Order: sequence, then C-alpha cells, then structure tokens
Amino acid sequence: MTTTDLQAGFDETIAHEWRVEPRDWMPDGYRRTLVRQVAQHAHSEIIGMQPEGGWLTRAPSLRRKQVLMAKVQDEAGHGLYLYSAAETLGVDRDDLTQQLVDSRQKYSSIFNYPALSYADVGTIGWLVDGAAICNQVPLCRSSYGPYARAMIRVCKEESFHQRQGYELLMTMMNGTDAQRAMVQESVDRFWWPSLMMFGPPDADSPNTEQSMAWGIKRHTNDELRQRFVDMSVPQAAALGVTLPDPDLAWNDDRGAHDFGEPDWSEFAAVVRGDGPCNVQRVAHRRAAHEDGAWVREAATAFAAKQAAS
Amino acid sequence: MSDEPVRAGWPLYEVFVRGKRGLNHVHVGSLHAADDEMALRHARDVYTRRNEGVSIWAVRADLVAASSPAEKDPFFAPSADKVYRHPTFYDIPDDVPHL
Repeated sequence: MTTTDLQAGFDETIAHEWRVEPRDWMPDGYRRTLVRQVAQHAHSEIIGMQPEGGWLTRAPSLRRKQVLMAKVQDEAGHGLYLYSAAETLGVDRDDLTQQLVDSRQKYSSIFNYPALSYADVGTIGWLVDGAAICNQVPLCRSSYGPYARAMIRVCKEESFHQRQGYELLMTMMNGTDAQRAMVQESVDRFWWPSLMMFGPPDADSPNTEQSMAWGIKRHTNDELRQRFVDMSVPQAAALGVTLPDPDLAWNDDRGAHDFGEPDWSEFAAVVRGDGPCNVQRVAHRRAAHEDGAWVREAATAFAAKQAAS
Repeated sequence: MSDEPVRAGWPLYEVFVRGKRGLNHVHVGSLHAADDEMALRHARDVYTRRNEGVSIWAVRADLVAASSPAEKDPFFAPSADKVYRHPTFYDIPDDVPHL
C-alpha cells in the first residue's frame, strides 16, 4: 500500500469515529502528539503522588491515612496504565522515565505547588482531581484506543479521589473556626492553579486545532475551564467557602459563569521550571529511580538464575 | 503488543483478567516484570485494586502471535462472503414456531 492509501485508511477511521489501534498505520504527527500527551499525562500521575504523599505519615486518623494511602496508590496505578498505553506507540517505558528525570518531558504544572496543610489533601481531591476529571472524561472517547481505555479506568477511580477530598473538607468545615480558616486558605491557594490545569487560553494553544481534528482532544481548553468553573461554584457554596475571584458571577445571557483571568505569567513561569517545587519534584523522582536501580538489577539477576536452573 | 523490541531489562507482559466466574479473560493492559511470578503480582496490584478480577493471565508480549494489521482485509476475507453461515440467510415462514 502507498502512503496515500494508508493516509486514506487513517482518515476514514478518524472520520467514522472508529478507534485507531496500536499496530495501525498512523501519521508521524499523530503518533508524536500522542506520545507527548500520554507520556506527560503518565508523568503527571507519578509526580502527583508527591504533594499528598508527604502527608501519609501525618494523617490525623487511621481512616484518613487508609484513604490517602489508597489514593496515592491509585495515582501510581494511573501512571502505569498510561505508560502501558504509551508503550503501544512504540516508545520504551524506561526512556520515558529517563526523559522525565532529565526534565526533557513535562508533567502537569499543578504538582509544582506544595501541599502545606492537611486541608490541601482535601482541596487537591476536590479541585485538582475535579479539574482532572473534567479533562479526562472526554478523553475516554479519544481516537487512540489504548489511551481511551486507560482513561475509562482512570475516570472510574478519580471519582473516589474527588469525593474523599470533598468529604474531608466538609468535615473540617463542620469543625472549629481554625479548621474552617484552614480550608479557606487552602482553597485560596489552589483555585487559580486549578484553572491553569486546562492549559493556556485557546488563542495561545496552537496544537488544539490539530489535536481536535485527530480526535485526540475533544474540547478546547477554554470550554473545559468554563465547565469546571460552572461545576465548582455550587460545590463551593455547599461547602461554605469563597472562591477567590471578585469577577466570578453568573451570566444569564451566556447561561454560564463569568470569571477572572488566571495569571498566565505565573503559569508560564511554572511550566518553564520556576514554580515553587519544580526542582524538588524532579529531584525526588530521580532519587527514587536511581535508589531503586539495585532492586531492579537484583530481580533481573534472580530471574536469570531461576531460568538457568 | 508493540512491534518494537523491549530494550529494558525486564520483558513486557500483556495482562488478561477474568472479571468473574463465567466470563472470558479480557486484555486490560501491559506491564514489565523480571519473571512470571512478578508479572502476576504486579498485575494484581495494578489491574485488580477493586475486585476487578478472580483470575489473571500474564503473557510475555514477545510470545503473542498476532495477525498483521496491514493485511487485515485479505486475512479476514474468507469469512466476509459466506452469508449462509448466518441464521438470517434462511427464509422460514413466520408462523413456524421455535425456529
């Protein structure tokens, strides 16, 4: 078959909303875009264990500790589903890890913010995982089969993450004034970075159009950001917290909330590597990877010895 | 199943899970492991954290024989033109019961 035939077959698959599967022919750009997106997504799950992981030994009760442990384990699992999907595109998992620890591939900017109080565990569940769900639900229909299937598993589990976070915050809001203040302070810090999780405004997102044409993305950054704001406002009201945006107001004409502009210079700085925790996050991941090398080598040696005997 | 050889030390395994008794094993993803036993343990931890399975198969990816996507049409052509293999090919009067 000629490249034209192959391209026509691919175009037909996309046009019919069929799924592209691993060994199908696909344009280089499609493969490259997917590798970048899926790897970045996998790295985000893995790095995403860190902000909350620091609270595992400081959880206020055994119940909270169990829940947080299960959540952090899920993040590891999500990373592995996604590395598995990325590998079907012909890249190697060890390579991807190396690119992460060498800062040659990125992860979500949100994980470069610190988790300073236990309320942050709740806020991360509510807002950060909530934003992730907004992003990920449409990806369950992504044109690339293995990515879409991984997203279905991830979304089922993220629902637990968001609900445990919201419940944690509700518990604190029913506590003392100091606890309520802690929740508000946490929401104040995480609201804007959560809005930035959807990426730059559509006008500054040059890859969106092509990604949507390929069915890799299903909605623009601004559409998803709007959806997230509209979902979060009643949740904030039920919780009794104020979202830190003076421009936030219901717009009857649009049937949606108006809201302020995130500080895109801060976003650019964090993406560039100048966020509060970028260096720490990557250094921690690198240390875990390198400190674990002897375990991987020992397991390989053991397997070889067993196979020989 | 990737066409690329695995360069890392640990081979790639494809994982299949039986959700409950009475169902087939279904492919759920892949993982790397040093040996079969580790593959099963990792598969349990990664793919069955919420009672998703009662049985797991982990199969070395390089041992899976797969049809080639490039010849998908010719490969499956023998079944495409045999409509008489389907029950709807046969006209039976509506008033004949249980058929």
